[in-house]
Amino acid sequence: MTEVLVLVDHENGTVRKPTLELLTLARRLGDPVAVHLGPGADIAAPVLAEHGATRVLAADAPEFADYHLVPKVDALQAAFDAVGPAAVLVPSSGEGKEIAARLALRTGSGLVTDAVDIAPGDDGPVTTQSAFAAAYSTTSRVTRGVPVVTVKPNSATPEAAPAAGTVEELAVTFGPLATGTAVVSRAPRESTGRPELAEAAIVVSGGRGVGSAESFSVIEDLADALGAAVGASRAAVDAGWYPHAHQVGQTGKTVSPQLYLAAGISGAIQHRAGMQTSKTIVAVNKDAEAPIFELVDYGVVGDLFAVVPALTEEIKARKG
Amino acid sequence: MSLRIVVCVKYVPDATGDRSFAEDLTTDRDAVDGLLSELDEYAVEQALQIAEATEGAEVTVLTAGPEDAADALRKALSMGADKAVHVEDDDLHGTDVLGTSLVLAKAVEHIGYDLVVCGMASTDGGMGVLPALLAERLRVPQVTLLSEVSVADGKVTGRRDGDAATERLQASLPAVVSVTDQSGEARYPSFKGIMAAKKKPVENLDLEDLDIEAEQVGLAGAATAVLSATERPARTAGEIVHDEGEGGKLLAAFLAGRKFV
Ligand SMILES: Cc1cc2nc3c(=O)[nH]c(=O)nc-3n(C[C@H](O)[C@H](O)[C@H](O)COP(=O)(O)OP(=O)(O)OC[C@H]3O[C@@H](n4cnc5c(N)ncnc54)[C@H](O)[C@@H]3O)c2cc1C
Ligand SMILES: Nc1ncnc2c1ncn2[C@@H]1O[C@H](COP(=O)(O)O)[C@@H](O)[C@H]1O
Repeated sequence: MTEVLVLVDHENGTVRKPTLELLTLARRLGDPVAVHLGPGADIAAPVLAEHGATRVLAADAPEFADYHLVPKVDALQAAFDAVGPAAVLVPSSGEGKEIAARLALRTGSGLVTDAVDIAPGDDGPVTTQSAFAAAYSTTSRVTRGVPVVTVKPNSATPEAAPAAGTVEELAVTFGPLATGTAVVSRAPRESTGRPELAEAAIVVSGGRGVGSAESFSVIEDLADALGAAVGASRAAVDAGWYPHAHQVGQTGKTVSPQLYLAAGISGAIQHRAGMQTSKTIVAVNKDAEAPIFELVDYGVVGDLFAVVPALTEEIKARKG
Repeated sequence: MSLRIVVCVKYVPDATGDRSFAEDLTTDRDAVDGLLSELDEYAVEQALQIAEATEGAEVTVLTAGPEDAADALRKALSMGADKAVHVEDDDLHGTDVLGTSLVLAKAVEHIGYDLVVCGMASTDGGMGVLPALLAERLRVPQVTLLSEVSVADGKVTGRRDGDAATERLQASLPAVVSVTDQSGEARYPSFKGIMAAKKKPVENLDLEDLDIEAEQVGLAGAATAVLSATERPARTAGEIVHDEGEGGKLLAAFLAGRKFV
């Protein structure tokens, strides 16, 4: 029986959508075994089972909250040793990538980060990634050890595939490095009530053209009419108009929604890096020469303060 | 208190150029001009600020890369770093991140350090995992992806803005940190800085100096293989309309046609 480890991303047992995508991808390679660290395994288990987890290895200890990251590496390694998996899939967040990297080093395995697809191959799984601000698409294979792969959000559509999802206690011994970095304080990010940026099906982003923090309400109104997440360019974030957590691009989030709508954004390479793989792209910009128009399926040359509110009204009218 | 700071900087192809892959599917370094990775300028800046606030601090910039990577070191020296170390060896061509972390860990140990400062990711490979690997190899704490960082009383403290929460992290030195582009604008080299950099020492090391076998690095030592690299087809230009009062309605009609409304 081939098993594939999936590290669960959750907040107190509430599983985030990318984990369900990972379970779906893992089923292509073997039986998914979920690794749940911290509190809430009993809450998470039914959801994980529903999406194909045959087992849920659970560990909870104060170390996970009191010390940064390495306790999770120790735990994932314990699961690795206990299961002997064919591959390990980890969500591609900053933390996920660092955990995966340290596990790969400890287990003498090859590491692939930011995969957008994974499929079985003759010599082990073949992963697909984007390179150079998504100008290229590459495929890779791990040639040593057990493939450790971090997978980006929106890489697959979660499928229901009910499995046992039996919760088993995972025994973890923390190594000397586990308590090296203390978490002095932690402030959970406040929910905006809108979809998560990286997971959203539609993203509406504003840039320097929006002009002020107050004017971002124009972007938010459109986002709410569409049920979308709100994004921002770095120029808008650096100006202090919108929080950094919403930045799209090389040093923000990469998004790959069904629809990306850019308003008052020029389309610099670093911004494109974060949105170029969106399925449908539309833009509103008053400069007909703006590079963003090279990417669009539909573009409106015009003042966003005229076009966007009119669009919002029209959408509301159509939705009745 | 003395404080030995090592800043890891990478020489990368300019992101605004047409970057591509060479025949062996490694990054084509001849296709576009190289420069000090912009994200590593933030690392140099934070290292210099920490050094300026600490009596007897010394900043060494370290790179592993081809001959031209000396440009990246020179830029960091002109910003104000004290000295530089360049690991260069033909056998390094095609090294993956696990191999690079071995080289940099050995080099950092060779230099001697209390604090290693990295950027958040290289702008070419961009995995953003090297600092964590360095900490694992050096067996010291990692305090990474910081938007604020400070050092006092033998401890490094920083703020990490994660997806789910903002955390304040703290570790005793020696430690490895990485800083994001939110940590504060990097300074421009002054004319005086550029002149002074010409006289600052640059130590050159090869794999033998670091006791690393050729098989441990390079394309052959890599634990992953790139099978293919395909240029994404240019998006075919869509319809562009000029707003003459109907722009919003037209866009709504397009979105409705694609079932988004
Ligand atoms: C290392 C590095 C990392 C970076 N990472 C990122 C990143 O993650 N994300 C990111 O976005 N950028 C990033 N950048 C910055 C990037 O290079 C650009 O500076 C930035 O994307 C520009 O944002 P913008 O398009 O909003 O602003 P601008 O380039 O100034 O464009 C504003 C646009 O708004 C239009 N406009 C103005 N007023 C109106 C109006 N009333 N109606 C309609 N249109 C209007 C203008 O015509 C213009 O095209 C990075 C840069 C570097 C060096
Ligand atoms: N070849 C290199 N030489 C020196 N530092 C490097 C090198 N590669 C990566 N780094 C450092 O590690 C950070 C993260 O790199 P990466 O994991 O490649 O995205 C960079 O910002 C640099 O500080």
